[in-house]
Amino acid sequence: MNILGAVVTFLLAFVVGMTYGGLNRKITARIQNRKGPPFYQNFIDAFKLASKKSAIHHGAMHHLGPAFLMVSSVVTLMIVPVLTHSQWFPNLNFQGDLIFLLYIMTFGPLGMALGAGQTGNPNSAIGVTRGLSQMVGFEIPWVMALVAIMIQYHTTSITGLMAAQAQSGTWLMFSSPFAFIAAILAMLGMFGYSPFDVVIAPAELASGPASENGGKYLFTMMSSGSVFAFVKLTLYVDLFLGGADNIIMLLIKTFALYMIPVLYSNTSVRYRTEQSIRWFWGWPTFFGLLAILQAVIF
Amino acid sequence: MNDKNSQKIVDIIQNWARKHSIWVLAYGTGCGAIEIPPTMTSRYDAERLGVRGAATPRQADVLLISGYLTVKTIKRVIRVYEQMQDPKYVIGFGSCTINGGMYYDSYNTINVLDRYLPVDVYINGCMPRPEAVLSGFAQLQKRIAAGRATGAQHYKENLEWYRANQKKIIPNWVMPDYNW
Repeated sequence: MNILGAVVTFLLAFVVGMTYGGLNRKITARIQNRKGPPFYQNFIDAFKLASKKSAIHHGAMHHLGPAFLMVSSVVTLMIVPVLTHSQWFPNLNFQGDLIFLLYIMTFGPLGMALGAGQTGNPNSAIGVTRGLSQMVGFEIPWVMALVAIMIQYHTTSITGLMAAQAQSGTWLMFSSPFAFIAAILAMLGMFGYSPFDVVIAPAELASGPASENGGKYLFTMMSSGSVFAFVKLTLYVDLFLGGADNIIMLLIKTFALYMIPVLYSNTSVRYRTEQSIRWFWGWPTFFGLLAILQAVIF
Repeated sequence: MNDKNSQKIVDIIQNWARKHSIWVLAYGTGCGAIEIPPTMTSRYDAERLGVRGAATPRQADVLLISGYLTVKTIKRVIRVYEQMQDPKYVIGFGSCTINGGMYYDSYNTINVLDRYLPVDVYINGCMPRPEAVLSGFAQLQKRIAAGRATGAQHYKENLEWYRANQKKIIPNWVMPDYNW
């Protein structure tokens, strides 16, 4: 039953993440006054990539890089509760899973960095350097926001925070607004859309760490990215928007959150790496500090 | 259901996906590169047909040779083409790839691209307008759906002939026999 539930959770995350990616392309196209691809274009792309032959060999780490990303996404998915009460979506929550989550979320990009390093492609190396630098940028406000809510509610588990929200009747978004703002600003960096697409930088770095990966590698990266997008949005809903009781509420809340990076990306152009880091160490970190002060004093 | 029939069904589904998801590596060798941005952006919007730019040869399905090729650039084009992953297609863009166009008697351009790389679809004109580029993509989609875009297979089967032609015009051939 648990294994079946895990498969159902994964399929839901895959389908929803892919569809959101397709809607992102459609919305971007409409903003640019284009017709745009159909919303299911990402599924066609994924199927095509999976059906391509791959004759690339750069060594074992290169083969494992996308697999690391997938492992990170799936483990994160298994820890984050999808719905508040549902037997179909089991999760492996435990006391302290929020801290574990902070580690496991960076595990995938680090594995991918090792894999990209072995390809010997200079674009990959530059992309990895940029990605890790930017991660230093947005992890600080993100960790500050999480520490603030952990102090405020005296718990380090996601289900504990959800229970605290259910008990008090207000969403954490309203009871600790500064943490919410800092976390949302950090989310812009986590998604890596413009202006924080310094890692991918299609016209500049030729897609960065992915530049030697085609076909099935790219399929793995694409599907793990979709799953990871869904997990991140669900985590934000769980932490700040009080979780969701059913799938419809989950979709409404996650889509509303997803629109923040999408619309922000469509109105801004790419930063340089140092501008991006400075941005994250500016207002987002300030709001993170305010959140910790609020948690300690009140 | 025997293996042949099931393979046929798989082929039909895969070709449908390939047809609707064409990632293009636009190799901007000649003046034709200027026609690619309007094809991709708001006015003509090739993305609605599933045509999208790819960043590197590893990710690309279609190599779009936009214009003339000098003997210097064709070496790079061959490397790029051989790094692409199967199934892959080549579109020859503009008169220069067909018969040399206005550079037919130049000392350092090639005249017929098909002697060096297997071209699946030609788009003629000097310059072909974005409408012509889109019609070329539509033609390629038709060929993919019918399973007739087999240039890469032809290249593999006749690699020696292509190699001989390539080595004839590239004097300093310092490459491996096949660029993976």
